[in-house]
Amino acid sequence: MSTSLQTLFIIGATSAIAEAAARRHAARGGRLHLAARNAERLESLARDLTIRGAAEVTWATFDAADFDRYPALLDAAWQQLGRVDAVLIAHGTLPEQRTCEADWRLARDALLVNGLSPMLLAQQVADKLAVQQGGVLAVISSVAGDRGRQSNYIYGAAKGGLTVFLQGLRNRYFAQGVKVLTVKPGFVDTPMTAAFAKGPLWASADGVAGDILAAMTRGRDVLYTPWFWRAIMLVIRSIPERVFKRLSL
Amino acid sequence: MKLSGWGRCPVVEAEMLAPDTLEAMRRRLTIASPVIARGLGRSYGDSALGPTVLSALRLDRLLAFDAVSGELECEAGVSLDTVLRVFVPRGWFLPVTPGTSFVTLGGAVASDVHGKNHHGAGSFSAHVLGLKILLGNGEVLDCDSSIHAELFRATCGGMGLTGIILAVRLRLVRIPSAWMRTTTLKAKNLDDALDLFEAGRDATYSVAWIDCLARGKHLGRSLLMLGEHDEGGSLRDAAGRARSLPFDFPAGLLNHYSIAAFNTLYYHRRLHRKTLGRSHFRPYFYPLDGIGNWNRMYGRPGFLQYQCALPSASGRMGMRRLLQTIAEAGEGSFLAVLKTFGPGNGNPLSFPLAGPTLALDFRNTPKVRQLLDRLDAIVLDHGGRLYLTKDARMSAATFKRSYPRWEEVAEVRARYHAERFGSLQSRRLEIP
Repeated sequence: MSTSLQTLFIIGATSAIAEAAARRHAARGGRLHLAARNAERLESLARDLTIRGAAEVTWATFDAADFDRYPALLDAAWQQLGRVDAVLIAHGTLPEQRTCEADWRLARDALLVNGLSPMLLAQQVADKLAVQQGGVLAVISSVAGDRGRQSNYIYGAAKGGLTVFLQGLRNRYFAQGVKVLTVKPGFVDTPMTAAFAKGPLWASADGVAGDILAAMTRGRDVLYTPWFWRAIMLVIRSIPERVFKRLSL
Repeated sequence: MKLSGWGRCPVVEAEMLAPDTLEAMRRRLTIASPVIARGLGRSYGDSALGPTVLSALRLDRLLAFDAVSGELECEAGVSLDTVLRVFVPRGWFLPVTPGTSFVTLGGAVASDVHGKNHHGAGSFSAHVLGLKILLGNGEVLDCDSSIHAELFRATCGGMGLTGIILAVRLRLVRIPSAWMRTTTLKAKNLDDALDLFEAGRDATYSVAWIDCLARGKHLGRSLLMLGEHDEGGSLRDAAGRARSLPFDFPAGLLNHYSIAAFNTLYYHRRLHRKTLGRSHFRPYFYPLDGIGNWNRMYGRPGFLQYQCALPSASGRMGMRRLLQTIAEAGEGSFLAVLKTFGPGNGNPLSFPLAGPTLALDFRNTPKVRQLLDRLDAIVLDHGGRLYLTKDARMSAATFKRSYPRWEEVAEVRARYHAERFGSLQSRRLEIP
C-alpha cells in the first residue's frame, strides 16, 4: 500500500541524512517542520529548502536532553503542519567507544541521546499519529544495534534497544493505522563519520535518504540501507557467541 | 588520508577537514598553515592538495534566489549539478559551464572555468555578481567587481590562494527547454577546423573533438560541434545515477594503437560534412558525468591533462607545431579538444585569451613528461599559457613567463592576509 506524504516533521533535521531527506521532500513541493539543536543552521536549512521548492518550511530548536519539552515540541509541529503525514526521528551522536568506557558520564549521554531520547519521542509521536488515525513514523536506528561488538557496544546497545522498542511500537499501533519504519543504515559518509577511512561499503547520505523516503511511502517495517547490509548483518548475527567473543569486530 | 586531484597524480598524505559552519571553518583556519580549500576535487593536478585541506562540501546551502532576475546566491560547496537539478526544471541554466557538472561553485570561481560558449559569454567570473571570502586573519569580506575589486579579480581564477570562498552570487540565464540542437561539421585538417570556428562564431556553443594522432595532410582533423538551446522540448532534467568504473584499468590499455583505432573510427563514423542532431543538455555538456571515476581509465599511475591557449596572431602556427610534435611522439590522447576562445578578462590568473585552445590528456609516464616539456617550449614561443586547473608539472619559470601578472596576485595575498593559503601547486610555481 502506498501513502502520499505531503507534510513531514523531522527531528534532528540538520543531520546529514535528515537534511538530504528534507531536500528530496522539498524538491517535490512538500511542507516541512524541522527541529534541531542549532538555530542558525536551522534557519539556513529552511531557506535552502524553500529555494529548492518546498511549499512551506517552519522550524523550532530542540534539545535531546530536555525531555520535559518533548510534548511542547510535538504540539508545535502539529500546530504548524495541521495533519502530519510523516515523522522522521534522525538525531544522534556517534560516541567514541573507549572514552565512553572510561567515563560513565559520556556513556550515559550516549545512551540517552541515541536510545532513551528517540524512544520517548517515538512513543509520543505514535500516540499523536494514532489520534489523527494514521501516519508514518520512521526512526533511524543502526546496523550496530543488531549485535553487540567490542568496538561500539555502547552506541550499539542504545540502537539495539531502540530497534526492540520500535518493534513493540509497530505492533502496538498497527490497528490504529500508524506505520513504524526502523531504519538501519550501514556506513554513511557524514560529518559524524568524517574521521574514518572510506571503503566500498560506504553510502552517500543522499542515497540513504532516498531509500528512507521510498520505504516510508511504501509503508515498510524495517529498512537496511544500502540493501546489502541485510545480508551482512544476517551473517554477523548467525556467528555463534562462543566464536564471536573471540573476534576483533 | 591519501588525496589526489582528478588526474590521480600526485597522490599525497593530507589531512582533510570538512567544517559545516563558518565558525568551524574559521577555527580550523587558525590552526593550520599552509591550508588550501577544496571542492569536488575535479582539478587535475596539485592545486587542491597540501598537508591540510579544507573541504567546502559541507557548505552546501542555497542562500537566495530571485525568480525574476535569475540572481542566485549559494554557499561555495554547492555543485553545478545541484544548481542544474534545482533550476533547469524552472527554465534556468548556468551562464557558463565546464565539461563536468561535478564541480562546486567555489571551484568554478577559483578556476574561473570556461565552457563551449566562451567566445560569446566569456568565462565563469563574467557572471559572478559577488563573492564572500574568509581571509587568512579570520575576517569575512564581501567583494565584487567594484568593492575590493583587486581581491575579487585575484580570487577569480586565483586557485584558492587569496582565501576561502564561502559564498557565490551569480546570475543564471533563461532557457526554453532542457534540449540542445546540434550541428556536427567534419573538418579535414587544422586550418579547416579553425576556419569553421571562425565561420561558426555566431553559434552559442562550439567545440571540436580533434584526432591528435592524425599526421600529414590529415593533421588536426576534427569534428566540430555547434550547439543551441532548443526552443521546443521539455524542461525535464534527466540526471541519472552515475555508473562507476569499479577498478583501475591496466595502465597500458590506452596506448598509441588503441587510441589511433578509436580516433579513425570516431572520425569516419560521421559520413557527411554536416550532421544535424538533437540532444538532452546532460549528455551534450557532460558526456563523462555518466561514468563515475572515469579517471581510473588510465590505470594506477594516473594521467596528465594538458591545456594550452595561444593568442590568435600566432595560434595557427603554434597549434600546427604542437600537433606535429604530439603526433610524431605517438603519444595518444584519448580526449583531445580544440576550441577558439573569445577575449580574455582582467583577472591576473584567468586562463583564457583570444585564440585557439587545445586540451589533451596523457598517461603519466616519464616519456610523456618529456614530451610535455617540449610542448611547454612551443607554447611559450608563441606567447601562450597553460590552464592552472589542469597543471601538475609546469615549472615556476614557465608559469611566471606565461602569467606575467602573477605579481599582482602576490600583492593581493600580502594585502589581504593570505600568507597561510597555499597548495602544492603554488609552492611549485613559487607564488609568494
